[in-house]
Amino acid sequence: MINSSVLSQIKTIVDNGKFLTSQEDKISYSYDGTPLLEFFPDAIVKPTTTEQLSRLFKLANKERFNIVPRGSGTGLSGGSIPVENCIVVDMSGWNKILEIDQENLTAWVEPGVITEQLHKEVEKLGLFYPPDPGSMSICTIGGNVAENSGGLRGLKYGVTKNYIMGLEVVLPSGEIIQCGGKTMKDVAGYNLKDLFIGSEGTLGIFTKILLKLIPKPQTSKTMLAFFNSPIDAGKTVSAIIANKIIPATVEFLDNVTIRSVEEYAKIGLPTDIASLLLLEVDGHPNVVEDEAAKVVECCKANNSIEVRTAKTQEEALKLKAARRAALSALARAKPTTILEDITVPRSEIAVMLQKIDAISKKYNILIGTFGHAGDGNLHPTCLTDERNKEEISRVEKAYAEIFEEAVKLGGTITGEHGTGLAKRKFLHLVTGQTSIDVMRSIKKAIDPNGILNPGKVFTIS
Amino acid sequence: MKSNFTLIDPPSNDVITNCMHCGLCLPTCPTYQLTGLENSSPRGRIRLIKSVAEGKLAITEGFIEEMNFCLDCQACETACPAGVKYGSLVEAARNQIRLTERETIKEKILKRIFLRGVLSHKFQLKLVARLLYYYQNSGAEWFVQKTGILKIFSKKLNKIQHLSPRIDKVFFDEQYPEILKPEGETKYRIGFLSGCIMSVAFTKVHEDTIKVLLHHNCEIIIPKNQTCCGSLQAHNGDFDIARELAKKNIDVFLEHELDAIVMDSAGCGALMKEYGHYLKDDPVYSEKAKKLSAKVKDLSEFLFEIGLKNSDTLFNHVVSYHDACHLVHAQQVSSQPRSLIQNIPGVRYVELPEASWCCGSAGIYNVVRNEDAEKVLSRKMKNISSITPEYLVANNPGCIGQIEHGLKEQKLNVRVVHLATLLREAYGL
Ligand SMILES: Cc1cc2nc3c(=O)[nH]c(=O)nc-3n(C[C@H](O)[C@H](O)[C@H](O)COP(=O)(O)OP(=O)(O)OC[C@H]3O[C@@H](n4cnc5c(N)ncnc54)[C@H](O)[C@@H]3O)c2cc1C
Ligand code: SF4
Ligand code: SF4
Repeated sequence: MINSSVLSQIKTIVDNGKFLTSQEDKISYSYDGTPLLEFFPDAIVKPTTTEQLSRLFKLANKERFNIVPRGSGTGLSGGSIPVENCIVVDMSGWNKILEIDQENLTAWVEPGVITEQLHKEVEKLGLFYPPDPGSMSICTIGGNVAENSGGLRGLKYGVTKNYIMGLEVVLPSGEIIQCGGKTMKDVAGYNLKDLFIGSEGTLGIFTKILLKLIPKPQTSKTMLAFFNSPIDAGKTVSAIIANKIIPATVEFLDNVTIRSVEEYAKIGLPTDIASLLLLEVDGHPNVVEDEAAKVVECCKANNSIEVRTAKTQEEALKLKAARRAALSALARAKPTTILEDITVPRSEIAVMLQKIDAISKKYNILIGTFGHAGDGNLHPTCLTDERNKEEISRVEKAYAEIFEEAVKLGGTITGEHGTGLAKRKFLHLVTGQTSIDVMRSIKKAIDPNGILNPGKVFTIS
Repeated sequence: MKSNFTLIDPPSNDVITNCMHCGLCLPTCPTYQLTGLENSSPRGRIRLIKSVAEGKLAITEGFIEEMNFCLDCQACETACPAGVKYGSLVEAARNQIRLTERETIKEKILKRIFLRGVLSHKFQLKLVARLLYYYQNSGAEWFVQKTGILKIFSKKLNKIQHLSPRIDKVFFDEQYPEILKPEGETKYRIGFLSGCIMSVAFTKVHEDTIKVLLHHNCEIIIPKNQTCCGSLQAHNGDFDIARELAKKNIDVFLEHELDAIVMDSAGCGALMKEYGHYLKDDPVYSEKAKKLSAKVKDLSEFLFEIGLKNSDTLFNHVVSYHDACHLVHAQQVSSQPRSLIQNIPGVRYVELPEASWCCGSAGIYNVVRNEDAEKVLSRKMKNISSITPEYLVANNPGCIGQIEHGLKEQKLNVRVVHLATLLREAYGL
């Protein structure tokens, strides 16, 4: 517990910003999107200036309390879940787009800008910011940078890190640095900017972010391909890529997910098929026509029972919105949804789907799988009930096995949600112990007292 | 730990655990948009309710404040992919606050006297409405100080006075017989709820609805012994009285063979569709309630199903549509009214930006939490002024009053009308 005299100093520092300590406040900031995790902070603050943040860090070092940064709390690995002796620093109020530079195709934004808001603003100018996580209607750019989030357009356009050109960061010491900038090339010194991307709020708090924008694709075509077996869908993904076509989007949904999504969105998905792929190609109209035809060919060659094309842009948007709701829609079936984020080389998608199926049968649990199949990124989601402790323990065993299989196939335990608290005990499977030691020494160099989001990604000692 | 709710109608545990705290409802929540605080978001409120249910939080002042700050607009329900029935949780939580005697004096007086005493009894309602009519039409301001219900607000009276509905000179059920027959053949027999406030302050909307229904060959039954539907009571967490009222209406309406019960107030419609839910454990009424609920239709739903008659005249006006929360979110009715409006010959339809964002009326919210309601309203006003249509259709009396008030403040020349009024004018009835 942070003592009351320290709390009052914190309050003085945040000045005109919010300082919250009621029991109701603590409850409301005790969770994020991750199942089964919660912890009460000692206070929640909403600072309004970089200087306030810097002073908070200095005080934290002096008085040894912890700081946990938070965006909108949609994280799926527990990154913004409070820890012992901590204050939550809520950055969601920093929500201004500071500049859109149409000559350099860049945007300076504050970290609390909502991803979808940014999309809307830049698209008005004919520009495009591709990263579009399923949570884009509410997640923040700061959270996206901290988790290096992906989205539906990852296959062609990459993930958040591909669009970060510069950062202003308040370090745990309270010092403020800028890294990167508007130049397209820059090799002066170590690439610190990339170190901060995906650092899960453990190395510094971003206060300004410089984003790369690209011209908005002229046109796009969205398709749905239905399959009688998930394996065929998996094979289709590998076939499309092997045919040297890079669609913007290749999303996979299995039967359990399709049924939940249809129940919510009512967009006319057949609920009796085993799986579907949501595909989108975009770019120059001629290229789009050509690629769409090739994609349809690949689907048919791999036993797709039907391929539908969205007739209007509105219909396409609806399909994608429905896909984004997949995770939450799965909670219709059972109250607790525990999802994973394994990623395998794209050639191994079909194999991985088979393994997931076998493991779910072995442990007698219900798994719905969906994901960014084009990236090799699958979200096997276990539908369970946190009140059933016995089942939860089977789920944990099943996931341990799924992780091992993914790693054996040359994959990873998390493609985009981060390690956080939820996956830190499996981190060594992917990175090996030496890499974790290197990460620890980096953390120690930047945050010697371990006051910033300690215990996330790996334990401090 | 032991729940801090009572055993009577606590918020459902299944609904609470159904929320997987993804946060996808946050961008649609008007109160979250006002404060930027998780506590005043649907996800935060569900967690607060969960904490009380798990005994981790008492029914504190802060808890009560968040439950009352919520508009119960149910935008979060529409947004929630997991299908969390948020409205049922907040209403149950409010009922708990009442049961544990934790309301403030002001709320108690308002809810007990106004919702229980006045609205729930025809005689008292008419009496108060008469007094209000007298007050409004004679300028007898001393009445404000003397009449109990208005006095509670005396401090803020200036601010909320405009919200008191204009009382009609002749009340609805004094004007109409129990059965009305159309001029031509009878194709449908429909039941009609005259309601509480509607019947003393919105008789014009009722009249228009009746004209439009008669024009569409409906025989209309307005049962004399019907009562207020109970929606304001239920949404404010007074389940006992809401159930009592529901039972009365069930008895009265089921006496007749009806094709549908047609509603011109979204709030009433939403609740009558839920009678089945509120009485699910009642041995005598559960089946009857379901039967009644299945017949309830909003005017727009009903007309959409039977199809509008052709009109010979052109109605050359720019018309837009505001979604009443209790229609779009509570009843998922949104395409039907739009389609009806668009099909009126001559109409140029413009979509209102953020049409399904609450206007702040929210039952009695704009009376009890006037300042918050004004903030919510200002967003609606910004959107309306971005298109300034000639007509704005809203299918709920509360919304009509609230938006009219906003328009007057901003001196915007837009007519807010009920769909029935628009149709009546378009048909020249
Ligand atoms: C329904 C749903 C769908 C999702 N879909 C996707 C998806 O398709 N792809 C994907 O990659 N993820 C997805 N996610 C996960 C999640 O939305 C992302 O990780 C997102 O980037 C988190 O953003 P946030 O603003 O909610 O951050 P939070 O959850 O609040 O925080 C995430 C991490 O960022 C840190 N952080 C936040 N702000 C800052 C800052 N200013 N400076 C430094 N650190 C900071 C926090 O400490 C924490 O470690 C999904 C989540 C949900 C609930
Ligand atoms: S109510 Fe629904 S949308 Fe909101 S956090 Fe819960 S599950 Fe998500
Ligand atoms: S009902 Fe409306 S105000 Fe209440 S939590 Fe839901 S969206 Fe917010």
